[in-house]
Amino acid sequence: MASFLGTQINPKSFHKSQLKFYFILVPIGLFMLLPVIYVISQAFKPLSELFLFPPRFFVSNPTLDNFARLFRTASGTGVPMTRYFFNSIIITILTIVLTILITLATGYALSKKRFKAKKTLFSINQVALMFVATAVAIPRYLVVTTLGLTNSFAAHIIPYLAMPVGLFLVKQFIDQVPDELIEAAKIDGANDWHIVTKIIGPLVKPALATVAILSFQFIWNSTESSNIYVIDETKKTFAFYMNTLTAASAGPAGVGIAAAAGLVMFVPNLIIFIVMQGNVMDTMSHSGIK
Amino acid sequence: MVVENQLEKKEGKLKKFFQTKIKPAWEKVDKDKLSTVLLLAPYVILFSLFIVIPVLVAMGLSLTYFNVIEMPVFAKMGGFYNYIMILTQDEIFLRYVLPNTLKYAIITGPGGYALSFLMAWMLSQIQATPRKFLALALYTPSMLGGVLTGVIFRTLFSGDKSGYINAVLLNLGLVNTPIDFLQSGDYLMSIMIFVTLWSSMGIGFLSMLAGILNVNREMYEAAYIDGIKNRLQEIFYITIPSMKPQMLFGAVMAIVGAFNAGGIGVALSGSNPTPQYAGQLIVNHIDDYGFIRYEMGYAAALSVLLLLLILLFSRVAYRLFEEKDR
Repeated sequence: MASFLGTQINPKSFHKSQLKFYFILVPIGLFMLLPVIYVISQAFKPLSELFLFPPRFFVSNPTLDNFARLFRTASGTGVPMTRYFFNSIIITILTIVLTILITLATGYALSKKRFKAKKTLFSINQVALMFVATAVAIPRYLVVTTLGLTNSFAAHIIPYLAMPVGLFLVKQFIDQVPDELIEAAKIDGANDWHIVTKIIGPLVKPALATVAILSFQFIWNSTESSNIYVIDETKKTFAFYMNTLTAASAGPAGVGIAAAAGLVMFVPNLIIFIVMQGNVMDTMSHSGIK
Repeated sequence: MVVENQLEKKEGKLKKFFQTKIKPAWEKVDKDKLSTVLLLAPYVILFSLFIVIPVLVAMGLSLTYFNVIEMPVFAKMGGFYNYIMILTQDEIFLRYVLPNTLKYAIITGPGGYALSFLMAWMLSQIQATPRKFLALALYTPSMLGGVLTGVIFRTLFSGDKSGYINAVLLNLGLVNTPIDFLQSGDYLMSIMIFVTLWSSMGIGFLSMLAGILNVNREMYEAAYIDGIKNRLQEIFYITIPSMKPQMLFGAVMAIVGAFNAGGIGVALSGSNPTPQYAGQLIVNHIDDYGFIRYEMGYAAALSVLLLLLILLFSRVAYRLFEEKDR
């Protein structure tokens, strides 16, 4: 079918009929990035340029002053910025690791084990995809208080471990693993622990990477737990600190620090996503709701 | 001697107890079932505690008067007092919050969704390497999170002449004095919608992109033999029907994303309530009553209404895209 002029979905080579898409996509892509580029440029502006009128989009004499000042700042109560940063790193790592373990175990059980409530559990989880946590922030707060988690590090982690989207994606991905593989392992004497860690885990790495990214993006950027569950300043997170920083600082000096803090928040996000983009797209091929 | 004897006797009893009772009981336990339970337990417990119970508690509290200090009291009018008040007496809710929420959700939900699909489809028409970069550019805004998004747009739309947008407008001579975008009832909602659309190409967008790329090529070839003429027909007769599951996932993510981003008005203007209630959405109204006025029963009733609204939107999506042949 050499003369087939139909679709060119996922074309292998360039053809001038693709140009029209570039003409639309490239400007939109740049437009989407403009605000991000602006904040990056802000972060490197010296004080004199932040004050400048009319303001310039790009920085002309880049400096690391804003970062230096950011790392020297402390909250009103004297807690240094580095403390918030360190808290965020610990909380994020723990949350990601635990979320992956829990999601993998449950995804395996929902996909490959046989039990009565299996279908029901999966459809409940599917309904929970629509769950908007902010809607029930108050009852959630009551649960956290009842469990005695208030004002502890656990309050940043435990409420966010059950991630319906993550479970959904991992389960759909495990469905692709042939049952025969698991049967064969069982005949060789493997128990569920072995199956999960030695067979399923390595096979569904792309889905787990996706869960890690989603969990990272949520927890790294989240201020909810610091706002409501935790009172002790020394236990709050960087996202929270950044929020107070930008709310309190009206002057251009504050704008520079806020932009620097924004960049510190954004760069890990970007790096992790770029490294794992392939894995994410792999997972998304199996993301459909049937 | 006596003591030792007694000890030995006890040990023997314990051994016997273990041999006759525990061991057979343990052997009777279905190891496979036990392992299933253990695999499921952590998720099911956490899911119940932080998702199911809060929703149930919200439903329960919505029927009460609860000010946090005293015990909740069952509300008047058969418990529906809060709902009746919201739907008949709450002027702010009826005049600002509900219309705002509907306007915002209808534009950013379906709008963001259509935009995501369109972008995903165009991306699928170009080669893999440039596609990767452009997809990253489109996805980037969605990974910034509410706080950083707020910071970026607060500086861009800042109300004095050092704000970039204002500077550009002044420079072009379009305005004479800087516009206080974020404190003005006239602009806040439009800016919120713009910002949300800007950051709407998230995981649903990636899902749809993967879905489009996975449609079987032969389907298109067959369709052209059957007489499909152009790209538009191709999209409606082949692409969308073959990726309904991804379309549905994308739709649910778009709806949830739209409602989750509801805090943006407060993040931009820096105050709850937002100036002249221009950017007030149900989410902010809940916070206002829950965390500022401590009227928990009333706030809970608002939460239940919000969840119902999300469910309603999702039902529409399911109607459109659910696979009927199962």
